[in-house]
Amino acid sequence: MNSLDLQSAAYAQAVALKRRQLWLGMVVLLVCVLVSGQIAEISFSKFSQHIGNFTSYIYRIAHLENGQSVLSDPVEWFWGWKKWLALMGETLLMAYVGTLLGACAALALCFLASKNITPNNTVVFATRRFLEFSRTVPEMVFALIFVVAFSLGPLPGILALAIHSTGALGKLFAEVVENIDMKPVDGVISTGGTWLHKVRFAVLPQVASNFASYALLRFEINVRGAAVLGFVGAGGIGQTLLEVIRKFYYADISALLVMIIATVMLIDAVTERVRHRLLGQERSS
Amino acid sequence: MSSLNSSQGDAEIADRQDALRAHHAELFMPYYETHWKSILWLVLAAGLFIFGISSLELTFARIFGGIGELGSMVLRMLPPDPGRFNSYLYAMLETLAIALLGTLSAAVVAFPLGFLAARNTTLNRVVQFFSRRSFDTLRGVDILIWALIWINVVGLGPFAGVLALFMSDLGIFGKLFSEAIEAADNKPVEGVVSTGGTSTASVRFGILPQLMPVLLSQVLYQFESNTRSASVIGIVGAGGIGLILSEQIRTLELQQMAFVILMILLTVSVIDYFCSKIRFAIIGKSAL
Repeated sequence: MNSLDLQSAAYAQAVALKRRQLWLGMVVLLVCVLVSGQIAEISFSKFSQHIGNFTSYIYRIAHLENGQSVLSDPVEWFWGWKKWLALMGETLLMAYVGTLLGACAALALCFLASKNITPNNTVVFATRRFLEFSRTVPEMVFALIFVVAFSLGPLPGILALAIHSTGALGKLFAEVVENIDMKPVDGVISTGGTWLHKVRFAVLPQVASNFASYALLRFEINVRGAAVLGFVGAGGIGQTLLEVIRKFYYADISALLVMIIATVMLIDAVTERVRHRLLGQERSS
Repeated sequence: MSSLNSSQGDAEIADRQDALRAHHAELFMPYYETHWKSILWLVLAAGLFIFGISSLELTFARIFGGIGELGSMVLRMLPPDPGRFNSYLYAMLETLAIALLGTLSAAVVAFPLGFLAARNTTLNRVVQFFSRRSFDTLRGVDILIWALIWINVVGLGPFAGVLALFMSDLGIFGKLFSEAIEAADNKPVEGVVSTGGTSTASVRFGILPQLMPVLLSQVLYQFESNTRSASVIGIVGAGGIGLILSEQIRTLELQQMAFVILMILLTVSVIDYFCSKIRFAIIGKSAL
């Protein structure tokens, strides 16, 4: 056998191994899907029987009570716009306050969760587990618990958003801090600076724009989150939305959904521009 | 003599400092002069924060009263009680099933649609524009809202949850897949075409090998995040462990609730761990 044969044999073997792994993965996945289908009560007959409900639902939320299309009379469609706009404003404020609180907490904790800034391994470990806990528990679960402790209203919603944001942002912030250039840090230490000096003059200037960009991204996510926190009584537009869905006020459902989607898209567009500017600044400087 | 020398030295240093100041005037300006824009933004942000706190009625009395109540609730959660363990376990499995089926079905449907929404593979600009906007709309509606809508269609239960996850994941995957397709390198395609390959062959051997690892890792990541989402859609009645959780909080069975929360935490961590293992295996350590 010459070397070419050996090579092609090895190639064939490698390909065969990959194929076997692929097939095995496929079979495992298929079994999982079939079992899941049983557990999740998937029923195609139910789906095909009731899919008409979905299209008629969409049709109904697109029409006013007098049977006209919602577009024919926008004033009637958005009859409650003053109330809804106020609720939307409350939702945005909740997202803002929650994100800001979360970002501040994350800012305080991220340095403790970074190995290159905090030499004490126990502190790093404990901080990281705390951050992990606060981002693994869904914010809805926090909201459920806080509604009992703090009573109904925006306060439990804000706290739920803040805790979840602390966990999510803390992790991202810590990753940014761990990737900084350590030379300025050495510089500050060499002049006898304290831990705070180190963070303020050597770390923050390198990470500030990234932090702001992540915080804005989180704000975007939190606006979506705040819009549904009302489902469990934690303030914002969600409570009204749940009410109109449960009471089948079809035109109101579409009006509220349009308002939420438009607000989310607007916030997305604005924050994206600001983020590009922030990151662009960093690159040019 | 020495004092004369030192005063001479001082004068020289002062001269040098003046020269430095003159040369790098912008570095010696007071902070508020160079950074007035940032300070303005900070003041605006703080003002909005204070406005938010006052208009949302976040009083200290409520916060501290609530923290006291929260503390006593946490104490009443201990020790976690496995209560009806079997039904919790089944609900957790249901949650995972919802997450798996929702993610997978959305990925399968989004795959061909992603090509329509990508600039380099779409049929024409109109199709691309409308598929992009449809994905945006699907994403704009939260999973919980989709769940409420589907409950009206197929009734309460996990099936509505699967459909809800499917809808919002379709929006997410459509966007991510089309972006990945747009980012694909065109040189392998040219290579395939130059050897006489058909257009199907150019997609199969030119684009897919670049695309698959990216798409799979996105699907796995979404599966992780869907495990979390699927554990709360039960709150509105769309199956999974959320229903049990919201019942427990309503009846204040706090010890059992603590156990269920720990179960969710553990499951999500295990899923995270395995997904990142598989992700590493697919994209290779070198890519990270």
